[in-house]
Amino acid sequence: MANDTRKMAFICSKGTLDMAYPALVMGWAALGNGVDVTIFFTFWGLDIIRKSRQDHLEIAPVANTSMKMSMMGIHADNAGIPNAIGVLPGMTALATKLMKDKMKALGVPPVSEYVQMLVDGGAKLYACKLSVDMMGLKPEDFVDGVAGIVTAADFIDMTEGAQIIFI
Amino acid sequence: MTTRVISGKAVQVNEEGFLLSPDEWTQEIAIEIAKEEGIPELTPQHWKVIEWCRQNAVNGRSPTLRQITAGTGISTKEMFALFPKGPAKKVAHIAGLGKPEGCV
Repeated sequence: MANDTRKMAFICSKGTLDMAYPALVMGWAALGNGVDVTIFFTFWGLDIIRKSRQDHLEIAPVANTSMKMSMMGIHADNAGIPNAIGVLPGMTALATKLMKDKMKALGVPPVSEYVQMLVDGGAKLYACKLSVDMMGLKPEDFVDGVAGIVTAADFIDMTEGAQIIFI
Repeated sequence: MTTRVISGKAVQVNEEGFLLSPDEWTQEIAIEIAKEEGIPELTPQHWKVIEWCRQNAVNGRSPTLRQITAGTGISTKEMFALFPKGPAKKVAHIAGLGKPEGCV
């Protein structure tokens, strides 16, 4: 039985709010389909499992060409948010709030709750050792449920046969 | 769509083996499908989830796992222990409902 279980491994390298969700959503869907899930958090992706950061991830409108004025409630077809406006104080906080409100309206849990659901569902979460060392972090900086701090080589070893998704 | 005899009763199932009509479901069918899903015995806690899902199905589709945990008070961890490897999907199958729709 154990050998024929499908395995998926996600590498989370980004720490922005929009890039935190793909692995959480897909990982949860995978667990729901009986798939073994491993998630490796590296570089800015570590913020997703940091106690002090995970519920403070943000999304910035600056240089984000996919974020349109219409998302801010202004009907302007495909007009983007001018970078000159994006740099104004409070714009990142505003964009973040808008995204969080939309997620909440759809019943999507906040990042901390989502991570906990994945842990409870049996996903194995690891922090990247090189990134942890580079940022001067300690095991206690991470939420409960993170199984350990491992090297890239460890990750490669433990995900033999898995489908790997880099985010 | 095919007809299958489960526990002595002929029922319509889809290509994944899910019952097409929740009305054709019986407790005996649930016990039989549970065995096929690797759950040898349905405990009162299993039945609590099955019954809650049947009561809260929308258009014949079973609720999502997060809806089940919120609605029954049974934790995510316990759901994965009760119905290992894909709890919401397994409950749907056992409860004679369609697969849950939605990402959470």
